[in-house]
Amino acid sequence: MFKLFIGFVFALLISVSSTAQDTALPNNEQIEIPQVDRTLLLNEAVNALNASSFTKKTNAVNALVELKDPRILPILKGMRLGKLYSLKKNKTIVLAEKVEGGYQLTHAVTGSDLGIAKSNTIKKIRVNNKVRSALSKHIAILELTSSNTNERFLAAKNILSNPDEQLREVLVVAQKAEPTRKVKELISLIIARLDIQSSDENIRLNALRAMTGAVEPTVIQDIKKILEKDESGNYIEKSEVVTAMAEDKLSWIQTKLDWFKFCEDAIFGLSLGSVLLLAAIGLAITFGVMGVINMAHGEMIMLGAYTTFAVQQFFPSLMSYSLLIAIPMAFLVSGLVGVIIERTVIRHLYGRPLDTLLATFGISLILQQLVRVYNSNNVPVVTPDWMAGSLEINAALSFTYNRIYIFIFALMVLVGLALLLKKTLLGLQMRAVTQNRAMANSMGIRSGHIDALTFGLGSGIAGIAGVAVSQITNVGPNLGQSFIIDSFMVVVFGGVGNLLGTFFAAMGLGVVTKFLEPQVGTVVGKIMVLVFIILFIQFRPRGLFALKGRFVED
Amino acid sequence: MKKFIKKSGMALGATVLAFSAYATQAAETIKVGVLHSLTGTMAISETTLKDTVLMMIEEQNKKGGLLGKKLEAVVVDPASNWPLFAEKTRELLAKEKVDVIFGCWTSVSRKSVLPVVEELNGLLFYPVQYEGEESSKNVFYTGAAPNQQAIPAVDYLMSEDGGSVKRWVLEGTDYVYPRTTNKILEQYLLSKGVAKADISINYTPFGHSDWQTRVAEIKKFGSAGKKTAVVSTVNGDANVPFYKELANAGVSAQDIPVVAFSVGEEELSGFDTKPLVGHLAAWNYFMSVESDANAEFIKGWHTFIGDKKRVTNDPMEATYIGFNAWVKAVEKAKTTDVDTVREAMYGIKVPNLTGGIAEVLPNHHFTKPVLIGEIQADGQLEVVWETDGEVPGDAWTDFLPESAKIISNWQDKKINCGNYNTETKKCSGQNL
Repeated sequence: MFKLFIGFVFALLISVSSTAQDTALPNNEQIEIPQVDRTLLLNEAVNALNASSFTKKTNAVNALVELKDPRILPILKGMRLGKLYSLKKNKTIVLAEKVEGGYQLTHAVTGSDLGIAKSNTIKKIRVNNKVRSALSKHIAILELTSSNTNERFLAAKNILSNPDEQLREVLVVAQKAEPTRKVKELISLIIARLDIQSSDENIRLNALRAMTGAVEPTVIQDIKKILEKDESGNYIEKSEVVTAMAEDKLSWIQTKLDWFKFCEDAIFGLSLGSVLLLAAIGLAITFGVMGVINMAHGEMIMLGAYTTFAVQQFFPSLMSYSLLIAIPMAFLVSGLVGVIIERTVIRHLYGRPLDTLLATFGISLILQQLVRVYNSNNVPVVTPDWMAGSLEINAALSFTYNRIYIFIFALMVLVGLALLLKKTLLGLQMRAVTQNRAMANSMGIRSGHIDALTFGLGSGIAGIAGVAVSQITNVGPNLGQSFIIDSFMVVVFGGVGNLLGTFFAAMGLGVVTKFLEPQVGTVVGKIMVLVFIILFIQFRPRGLFALKGRFVED
Repeated sequence: MKKFIKKSGMALGATVLAFSAYATQAAETIKVGVLHSLTGTMAISETTLKDTVLMMIEEQNKKGGLLGKKLEAVVVDPASNWPLFAEKTRELLAKEKVDVIFGCWTSVSRKSVLPVVEELNGLLFYPVQYEGEESSKNVFYTGAAPNQQAIPAVDYLMSEDGGSVKRWVLEGTDYVYPRTTNKILEQYLLSKGVAKADISINYTPFGHSDWQTRVAEIKKFGSAGKKTAVVSTVNGDANVPFYKELANAGVSAQDIPVVAFSVGEEELSGFDTKPLVGHLAAWNYFMSVESDANAEFIKGWHTFIGDKKRVTNDPMEATYIGFNAWVKAVEKAKTTDVDTVREAMYGIKVPNLTGGIAEVLPNHHFTKPVLIGEIQADGQLEVVWETDGEVPGDAWTDFLPESAKIISNWQDKKINCGNYNTETKKCSGQNL
């Protein structure tokens, strides 16, 4: 009976509050609701989130936000992340966090700890993109006054893409209170986007001034809209001052965009180049220095990538450091496999390049199939948090962190390898053996050992390349296949037996590919690069940086 | 001549071998050919289907076989090598004398098998969603035709629930399936009033791994003030780098949703799906669908494969439907003779795994429900939209002018053709 009564009160309250909204009282009259009732109302509104369709859920979210209760932000955020569940027994809405042995539950409204529950006692409140968009919009408005600068920035960015005249007051207040310049500028842009719709010419002009130099796509769209013409070719915008200023701003923005586009292509190219460099640098040792056509080079990369996966599987708690652990591990695994291959197969085939080619091709198939027997699927390699996301320079220019790290890593590997070859005893012996085996032997170098170590080094470096590429591409049995051709291309183009040549070839090919790609498309771009290399090799058969000196065979 | 003698000698040897194998076999079996790549690029996807067929055969044998005989699987490995598909088909039909073949994944492998099954009058069940524009007398297409996957997916995105998308990027790998599908989709979008400037079509090579430029361009294309979506026919291996780049570049499903036609549970198990929540896939089956048949199928699969972590996917369901339909047709025809079974197939109804019924149509396609799912953090796909009931598969699309006038009907004796031109009233023969 009591329950019924409460229910009746709820219904009454909701109808009162909704009529209040519908009629939109002109004198900003607020209906005072006592604290207890607020909680009851909130409970009711939260329960409504567990609706049957996505449209109903979206409406429930909008209704919940209307309550203007400070407690809703965590609920909205939880719902966006798919952490909102309802208890099967009494439909209580809870926030659930996956823990050992089930889900840790907290009451969505009161925040009280409800202990750990089994997954079959709770039901997820599903959301789709539509609900998520509504949630993001409301979260952004609430977070515009957050104490965290980054949250405010993201909030402002979200609102910028779709500003709402009703938010003007909130925005003006937020703009005044904003301590950081970056966010303040964004909020000014949002207000400018609202102002540009104004019927007052001066307000529109001011809005345009505020848009100076902005490269946010939505803002550019606004400016372009002013310059739209009707069928007879006249501006729809009546004021000539406004169109003239819009023309001026737009041409300035266009110059800026062109420059950014150029930077973007160049950096994309260097990034592609660094991946090519990593893939090819091991081959520059085995093929370039030793002269072994190692078709199993790609599989060494694959082994390195799988090692990364294994490290992540064995030490799930060290996910952030998994790549750092994987680098030496991958070097050892691939290096060891390399040494074994050299000792068992390749050393019997020195001086017979065609036989080596066939033998290593066979080894590559064997390795692929071995991996496939273990698991024929791609395996998921996790990107650690510090490598995810992108560095946003401005709205038109951003670079993903994983590419930046790989670029730095590739340079480090190159420098490290160069130092090893030039400055260490091992490096000296390697160069001695490859340049003149008989002489090196007679100087007391055990050339057999050096061969094995050199091949192991090349393979090990392919292994650490595998750690890097596991962050940008799929890790599966075919991984090596997609790199082997590019690797040979780089080494041959750069000049066999020359690390610096490999570096310039990789970077050059990367940049050329990336400048061609937007112009002619990916497929044609790739073909053009291949044709270019074929022609180049015709005229300079020894590549970019040909070795000179008497030890070069003719 | 020497070659011929050598070849015939080999054939003779093989026949003798096969014969002796026959003799040691139990009196008589019904042979089921399994033509899926177990090595090479496509092994990733196709090995699972081989296992599915083996599981279905095992279950059928437990039920007492078919027509009182045991089923026997003949597994061959075409090794992701398209010409080898044709050779292995010939081996299955001419040498092994199989009664039916379950196989192929890529369209190019099916195209390579087609002349052989037609020449030797075999029966092939093809279990993968494909580009349509084909209907062979000797092939049953148990996967989705474009109108059972691509078109409804686009409809969903255009709807209010799907985000009222106005601008489209059609992103594909450069081969026959994406090219044909995108041709159909472009015509469809134009017919729905989408401006030509709002459609961007792009192709990348197989295994493309550097998606920086493409993703940056998609981002730019998507920032023109209109809601934009990507329709992806990007093939298997290139998907991981594509989605990784999308995630890192901050393209979220709320800004620019990507709907994929070749990414399912099996492919997602190779992804870290947390940054991809909300991107979409369109299929006729999802592992997450709650139905009794599905629960039983998943249980059976886990027992058969001995691994509780293995997922099920759409081509597996298509294999399941195809196998059951064939069994039912053989029982109806009381023989495994190809022509009789084929006649018996039309109108056969078998339950699918999502709680509905799949019916075999005279154009050798099936009726299927279309489901749109959103990727979840655990690698599963959750249904956010589905068609009311099943959609009949259409071999020739209605959205390309040259295909709209073509129909396929192998049941109607007056037509009895896979590509019958309704204007000239002529049949252009088999798909040779």
